[in-house]
Amino acid sequence: MAPKRKPRLSVWKFASCDGCQLSLLDCEDELLTVAGAVEIAYFVEASRAMVKGPYDLTLVDGSITTAHDAKMIQHVRRASKYLVALGTCANSGGIQALRNFKEVNDFIAAVYEKPQYIKTLKESTPIAAHVKVDFGLNGCPINKHQLLSVVNAFLQGRPPQVRSHSVCIDCKLRGNICVMVMGTPCLGPVTHAGCGALCPTYHRGCYGCYGPKETPNTAALSAWFSQRMGMSEPNLVRAFRAFYANAPAFRQESEAHDR
Amino acid sequence: MTGKVINVKYLARVEGEGGLNIQIKDDAVTGVQLKIFEPPRFFEAFLRGRNFTEAPDITSRICGICPVAYQMSAVHAMEAALGVTVVGPIRALRRLLYCGEWIESHGLHVFMLHAPDFLGYQDAIQMAQDHPDLVKMGLKLKKVGNDIVSTLGGREIHPINVRVGGFYKAPSKRDLAPLAESLKWAREAAIKAVRWVGGFTFPEFERDYEFVALRHGQEYPFNEGRLVSNKGLDIDVRDYEQHFVEEQVPYSHALHSTLKARGSYFTGPLARYNLNFDLLTPLAREMAREAGLGPVCRNPFQSIIVRAVEMLYAVEEALAIIAAYEKPEMPAAPVSPRAVVGYAATEAPRGLLYHRYRLDENGVILEAKIVPPTSQNQGTIEADLHQFVAARLALPEDQLTWQCEQMVRNYDPCISCATHFLKVTLERR
Repeated sequence: MAPKRKPRLSVWKFASCDGCQLSLLDCEDELLTVAGAVEIAYFVEASRAMVKGPYDLTLVDGSITTAHDAKMIQHVRRASKYLVALGTCANSGGIQALRNFKEVNDFIAAVYEKPQYIKTLKESTPIAAHVKVDFGLNGCPINKHQLLSVVNAFLQGRPPQVRSHSVCIDCKLRGNICVMVMGTPCLGPVTHAGCGALCPTYHRGCYGCYGPKETPNTAALSAWFSQRMGMSEPNLVRAFRAFYANAPAFRQESEAHDR
Repeated sequence: MTGKVINVKYLARVEGEGGLNIQIKDDAVTGVQLKIFEPPRFFEAFLRGRNFTEAPDITSRICGICPVAYQMSAVHAMEAALGVTVVGPIRALRRLLYCGEWIESHGLHVFMLHAPDFLGYQDAIQMAQDHPDLVKMGLKLKKVGNDIVSTLGGREIHPINVRVGGFYKAPSKRDLAPLAESLKWAREAAIKAVRWVGGFTFPEFERDYEFVALRHGQEYPFNEGRLVSNKGLDIDVRDYEQHFVEEQVPYSHALHSTLKARGSYFTGPLARYNLNFDLLTPLAREMAREAGLGPVCRNPFQSIIVRAVEMLYAVEEALAIIAAYEKPEMPAAPVSPRAVVGYAATEAPRGLLYHRYRLDENGVILEAKIVPPTSQNQGTIEADLHQFVAARLALPEDQLTWQCEQMVRNYDPCISCATHFLKVTLERR
């Protein structure tokens, strides 16, 4: 019998800071083990060797912001058995989705002297707006330990499991004093866990960089911010319109205060 | 010989998306284009209307490899605007955080991205099959840097603990103690790294560059200093835009930055080293000499040695900061907004990172300008390739293309940063 072929992994980047795919290289203790278990077939940031698909598992970092990338993601999907979207950019459009709330041509003119050379789409959109995504791992950046567990799940042929509770639960598990009690506004009650409740642990309010949790009550939190903590409407807009600005729950909440 | 094109569609082992196109006609190089097609993300536009306090968190998202650099330039620009000077342990902690980022970023570049070029491997994983101990050492060294960033900042990528005025929470002496233990190992590893890369074979190549870096005068530069060059530039950071200009070229999403008086210039580890050699630690200077470098190095291929020397410096500096650290009473200096303009430049692993912000009386950002290191080096990279390829036209296509890629990687370009890059194409006509 011929020896079993190692599963082929590919890593693709669209509009992003590169941080989520870098998380794989940041697995300093595990990288060589991962490289032993899979064939890293396409990962431009790490290797000159670029092997054509099909790929067994594809990790996608970044959002779709150009016509070129909108075409490319179709190719990536066709070449991939499983496709996992990494981070806020790939799952909701990222911080660059702030353009979705403005006129993009004004943005181009603000940065580039000759806007005619810049080709970009009106909106920054998540991967799932273009192709089927088998699993979305959220975070800005993603948690590298969650990344390893998701990769491992696909290699084992089982569904990935990522806890979907709010940051508040992690905060309680860490024994933190609630920062809201100390007078600091915190998005923890409506934000998906995964970071380990970092911000409250460092005495600051969560700023929502893992995106909305399932069924978040953003309106109740906004009311608390404004009535009990005196937060202004523009600051409510800024709180929800940041790293997950384009995620529906946060988008609706920011729009409710942007009049 | 007829015409030909060297075309590298996607440049590998760089951060972000770019390519390279070199046109050759009748044995002469007729054009070199470093193409940055990383999609533009318009940070300078959407910073408008945000609070000054948000700038460090938002700008860190420009780059996953050097988020600390963005946070440092942002907070220093805001503090310069608001008349706040951060001193004592908070200032020292910021240097420590930057040491972590230099060790992490240089570790990644030296071992994972650049060394494979010198030894003929496609990547570090392939290199690990023949040199497992070296690759493991490189990964561990990189991890020491990341551990500093995550201890101080909460996590390696996009740390959450940096604020205008200082930090949200200052670490205790006990929090930093485990770092000192791993840094002692890292000092020996960094020495080995300098010796290892010093033994590589370097293509003969030098140009009469203008090197630009910060110079503080008492310390090797991270966050503070005047902007100086080897050709007479010596200015306050606030005068940056009087001396430097950004231009747009049709084939790139990154703006090209040049010196108004003299054109292209060189920023990054080589520039810092050449302008601040006297401020390295004695051990870092000694190791640089042992690896064959003098106080000035003009061969960009040897930047890999300089990165290893800077890693050693950063390890020693981190150890010194931790040894002297006493937890401050308050983690941050108080700041209050006013209508003003602030400027700062700090030394990202890849070179100078300039920020300017104009604020209104409530601290809302009215205008932001960010000039990352890679857009400053673009003109120099293209000029290097022009001269480099012209002298090597007889080389086989594969070999020449690979060496061109290696030349680009000398600069550790960060394309996500530069669009506010790498495919190589060689065209012979």
